[in-house]
Amino acid sequence: MFKKLNITCNQATTICDKSQYGNASFFDKIKLQIHFIGCKICAMYSKQNVLLTKLYKIKATNIKRKQDSLCMTYQEKEVLRKEFEKQNV
Amino acid sequence: MSSPSPITHTLDPAKWIDNYSDYLFRYTIIRINDHEISKDLVQETFFSGLKSAKNFEGKATERTWLISILKRKIIDHYRKTNSKKGQAEVRMNFYNDGENEGDWIEQRVPQSWDNEVEKKLENTELQYQIDLCIEKLPKKYAMVFRMKTIQEIDTEIICKELDISSSNLWVIIHRARMQLRKCLEENWFNN
Repeated sequence: MFKKLNITCNQATTICDKSQYGNASFFDKIKLQIHFIGCKICAMYSKQNVLLTKLYKIKATNIKRKQDSLCMTYQEKEVLRKEFEKQNV
Repeated sequence: MSSPSPITHTLDPAKWIDNYSDYLFRYTIIRINDHEISKDLVQETFFSGLKSAKNFEGKATERTWLISILKRKIIDHYRKTNSKKGQAEVRMNFYNDGENEGDWIEQRVPQSWDNEVEKKLENTELQYQIDLCIEKLPKKYAMVFRMKTIQEIDTEIICKELDISSSNLWVIIHRARMQLRKCLEENWFNN
């Protein structure tokens, strides 16, 4: 039983990352909390990880806002059109 | 045709560029993050579509059919870049064997950040720095990270598209976040 609760820092940080996407199980989270008691480094990693998630969320919003305007230029499309018409005969 | 489906879609290649080039391009650049390569892949998709138009059965819409071709092009592009570079070196943060297995490697232990970090998250330069750090990741990690974290695409869809298992996806996400964290720390949070 106790062995199951005992995880390495690598496993702890993996759970930590998963939980940032809402994908860690309840049991995983318990193991993580127990790990934090003895490991301040992972506890800090976890705290910083929450900040990073916030940072990436901002990034995601910024990118999505710009995304709709992502397209090929008019010239690029014309080049493509010519190439395509050569093939489509 | 023994049992024709109620709706049969048709192809109209002459209108592809007007109707789908933006859509396909956006689909690609979100995943590849490179204007030139995305442009080339869209072009290749149209060419392949033309070549295999006779195999089109009309079951899917034109757009869905083109996307399915594009998806294969994107995966092929990935496989190529991955094998070209070999397996990009991944410097992990943990000991891989021996007594310390799974523990932090001393010189890779996370450093504490200053308390002001939270206020700086919207900083434009920091937002730009994220791009630089993602670029340093192995291509496959960058793609999975972008799809999952930036585009917020469902795990299942990513796994299906890239033909990886979900545990594989989480290992990639874990490593990507580890490396990004390190990169941002070195270039930003510790200054």
